[in-house]
Amino acid sequence: MASKHFVRIVLSLLLVLVFSFPVYAQQKVIKIGAVYPLTGNIASTGLDCRRGVDLAVDIINGKYDLDLPLAKTEGIPNLGGAKLEIVYADTKGDPKNGMSEAERLVSQEKVVAMIGAYQSSVTKTASQATERLKIPYVCSDSSSPTLTERNFKYFFRVSPHDDIFAKDQFNFLKDLEKKTGKKINTVALLYENTEFGSNVGKSEEKYAKEFGYKVVANVTYAANATDVASEVGTIVKSKPDVVMHASYITDAILFTKTFKEMNFVPKGFLTMAGYIEPGYLPAVKADGNFFIVRSTFALDLAKKKPLVGKVNALFKKKYGMDMSENAARSFMAPFVLADALNRAKSTDAEAVVKALLETNIPGNQVIYPWKGIKFDPKSHQNIYAQGTLVQILPGSQQEYVTVWPFDSAAKNVVWPFPNWKGRK
Amino acid sequence: MEEQLLQQIVNGLLIGFMYSLIAIGLTLIWGVMNIVNFAHGDMLMIGMFTSFWLFTLYGVDPLFSIPVCFVLLFVMGTLIYRFIVSKVMKGPMLAQVVVTFGVSIFLSNLAVYFWTPDFRLLPPTMLDGTWEIGDIILSIPKVVASIGSVIVSLCIFFYLKKTKTGKAILATEMDRESALLMGINTDRINSLSFGIGSALVGAAGGFLSTYYYIYPQVGGLFGTISFCVVALGGFGSIEGAFIAGILVGLTQTLGGYFFDPSYKYAIVFGIYLITIWIRPQGLLGW
Repeated sequence: MASKHFVRIVLSLLLVLVFSFPVYAQQKVIKIGAVYPLTGNIASTGLDCRRGVDLAVDIINGKYDLDLPLAKTEGIPNLGGAKLEIVYADTKGDPKNGMSEAERLVSQEKVVAMIGAYQSSVTKTASQATERLKIPYVCSDSSSPTLTERNFKYFFRVSPHDDIFAKDQFNFLKDLEKKTGKKINTVALLYENTEFGSNVGKSEEKYAKEFGYKVVANVTYAANATDVASEVGTIVKSKPDVVMHASYITDAILFTKTFKEMNFVPKGFLTMAGYIEPGYLPAVKADGNFFIVRSTFALDLAKKKPLVGKVNALFKKKYGMDMSENAARSFMAPFVLADALNRAKSTDAEAVVKALLETNIPGNQVIYPWKGIKFDPKSHQNIYAQGTLVQILPGSQQEYVTVWPFDSAAKNVVWPFPNWKGRK
Repeated sequence: MEEQLLQQIVNGLLIGFMYSLIAIGLTLIWGVMNIVNFAHGDMLMIGMFTSFWLFTLYGVDPLFSIPVCFVLLFVMGTLIYRFIVSKVMKGPMLAQVVVTFGVSIFLSNLAVYFWTPDFRLLPPTMLDGTWEIGDIILSIPKVVASIGSVIVSLCIFFYLKKTKTGKAILATEMDRESALLMGINTDRINSLSFGIGSALVGAAGGFLSTYYYIYPQVGGLFGTISFCVVALGGFGSIEGAFIAGILVGLTQTLGGYFFDPSYKYAIVFGIYLITIWIRPQGLLGW
């Protein structure tokens, strides 16, 4: 009897050991907080960002033959191969929730760093919370210039901001003049009146002066307008060569329809945001053709940068769809953080911030057409971040094609804007 | 310059007729029952989605879905009155104010749940393209929607003035107590007006869907503007709402054109404030 008892005890002990072994052998986990709009009006955008982040974490934690920071090793080598774990929190697209969720992630989930939150207004409040709690925040998906004008100690931005995008538009016009030999003289500025649009408007006005273009119309409007006939009328009256439009999605749809209806054909439309949202083309279909949109990413970059093709193949395998602009933007933040954690050899906030400041990721290790990632010591904005311009082009499949900078262009830009009538 | 001005007047009229039709439904409910239907904009949204789905699923042209929108929203309006609004009619004032607000939130969230918050546009239907008269460009769907709006408004106007039931509705609107004394079943009239009011906005949704994008929150600003139109025209006055709708449409486009487009809604609401200051009962109210 006693021996039977003994066997039972030994067996159960073994069982316990067997089950506890993997736990015992498991690596340390480093928790990173991510705030995104996962429900509510722009939930689809939040989900898109999340796909990018999840794929990035897969690549960091696993072993991949890719030219991305820490892709070839498992986890963070200098921290004993520790794995990253993303703890998501839902902002519902509301700045209030952004702040409270960031606080909760730090105090309850004990995250050591933060990423997110897509909308600039939410990033603003969430990063205020992390700044106060002394937690590093790496943002690669919000574009309001004001975020890096605050000179926060713990906040870093990888992606370009709207001021850079605005300057890009004028650089494009200058390049185009050189290429075609035809002078462009006047621009009309059209922008929605919240933080995003009005900041873009301000930047565009500044650069128009600097680059020597005459602003013939300066029109602001509310993004939820029921009718934009008078806005378009004002622009038509001013007869601009080029229209620069900073919009959200509803207004992008409404303006596209009204431009067509009033048969307004300037030399070109340079647009932002709304025109590249996933919902835009399904709504306007062929009417979206030939609009030029600012972007940080386009799949056709793969032709010049094989890394983009490889990453997109992984993305497609995981989610069954191509990588979008949003997913591609959010994709980079985990790498920047992992790289800094690795060099810091610690999760201590001060050490990570120091490492972030020393970040120097070369251009061949990012999926955008940049020279790399290096932060400005004061503003913490990536000094190499640059935008590209993509144009919506018809074809077997309507798509966004990189047309500027001319040396990374996949196709020649269609300029001037073709007349609405007589299009097939 | 000159042609742009004419163009703007035309555009103002085209959007104005739409506002009129939306506002007539609201003013009827407001006038008869003395309650504000906050769900009015969301009923517009339901009308738009009805037309969208009839086209997408069964290929019915929006022009033919309009009667369907009208009937469907009539039924929906009647049911909302029977089961929700009538229950609080005898309750405190605040409950009456809040109840349609609740319906509004319910409807728009239901739409998000069923149809996602995506934006949709009907593809070019029977009504597409533009007419050009001289230098003025007319969008065909907008012109047809405006004509439709005038026809529906005229029908409802004659229905109210000429038929017995219509007169009963107007009588209830003027003086509920006396109407009751004259043997008018005011509860039935309430239900009928709520139904007709909803049906009108349903038809408006049908027309609007031919050229406007459709999504669950589309009713928001249209709803706010129709409150302003109703108050400007005079509570319960059909003719008032019709004229005020056109006035608001014109003010919005011309104000935006002559001043700054960013002030166009401010100008509309400014004129409204001045009007009710001089004439609190509205242009044609009593």
